[in-house]
Amino acid sequence: MTATTRKTAYRQGIVDAAPFILVIIPFASLFGVLATEAGLNVVETMAFSVVVIAGAAQFTALQLMQENVPTAIVLISALAVNLRMAMYSAALTPYIGAAPLWQRALCAYVTVDQSYVVGVSKFERDPEMSVAARVAYFLGAVTPIVPLWYGFTLVGALLGTQIPDSWALDFAIPITFLAMIAPMFRTMAHVVAALVAVVAALLTAGVPYSLGLVISGVIGMIAGAQTELWLERRAARA
Amino acid sequence: MIEDSLIDTGTLWTVIILLGLGSFALRFVFTGFVGDRAMPDWLLRHLRYTAVAILPALVAPQVVWPVATDGVFDVPRAAAAAMTLGVGLVTKNVLMAVVSGAVTLYGLLYLLG
Repeated sequence: MTATTRKTAYRQGIVDAAPFILVIIPFASLFGVLATEAGLNVVETMAFSVVVIAGAAQFTALQLMQENVPTAIVLISALAVNLRMAMYSAALTPYIGAAPLWQRALCAYVTVDQSYVVGVSKFERDPEMSVAARVAYFLGAVTPIVPLWYGFTLVGALLGTQIPDSWALDFAIPITFLAMIAPMFRTMAHVVAALVAVVAALLTAGVPYSLGLVISGVIGMIAGAQTELWLERRAARA
Repeated sequence: MIEDSLIDTGTLWTVIILLGLGSFALRFVFTGFVGDRAMPDWLLRHLRYTAVAILPALVAPQVVWPVATDGVFDVPRAAAAAMTLGVGLVTKNVLMAVVSGAVTLYGLLYLLG
């Protein structure tokens, strides 16, 4: 019975994450192309994508290394870009924290923007899911993403051709993320959190090391939490 | 190609390994070390808004100042973002929202381009 539940959850995860295939293919191949142009061989390029699996951080590190920036600064900058992963980890913990350690380690390795948003939106919608089913679902969600990240890094590195700009695939990221978060706006607090975070992100766009993103995220989360408390207090008074 | 690499090989592998370890640590810090221990209510209350705060913050600058247009505001991209969000909010259907956004983007790029 549980094996069936896990298999269903795994398959559902694959289906729900499928729209992100559009995003992963151009970005992975772009990384392959840029890494090759920067002089990395195929093994080095693949190692980068397999060991790090974080698009934006990889692009940042590659760029800074080409500019001969000191290694410590390269690492700090790329990790700052990845700082949001710690927030994803925290937000996933109430859902999968009870899973065996090896499963949590595996989930941590494949925690990316896409798997996080697909996972959390499902876990919020479906609070009755078992921990095992959640892990299966999460691993299902990375199945169309991570292998393509590796595979198209390789394609980009070997062919050296990127997808033409006229296809406008740069915009696949905003579109897929917006589509994915739209159903998550269930209360006024969610809307306030998003609006405050957006305004903060536009105001902090100039902050170095992409730290504006984490700052804006935290400000948005505080706004959401405060709105939730305010709504609760108002409901209690009424 | 390997010999005249623009990036020193030692530096490269240092960055790959340390960045990999660091990224894993960031992803594992809560799921791994907190595990099933209860987190305080105030923290959980904030974490409920992680996705709806971080992802719009990630997307907003790309919508207003797209890299593909060298940061110049672009009507097809802004309209596509608005359409995606609107359809997503109304239908709660991810695929429908993606398709609406893509049709808007390509339609307007074709008409205005």
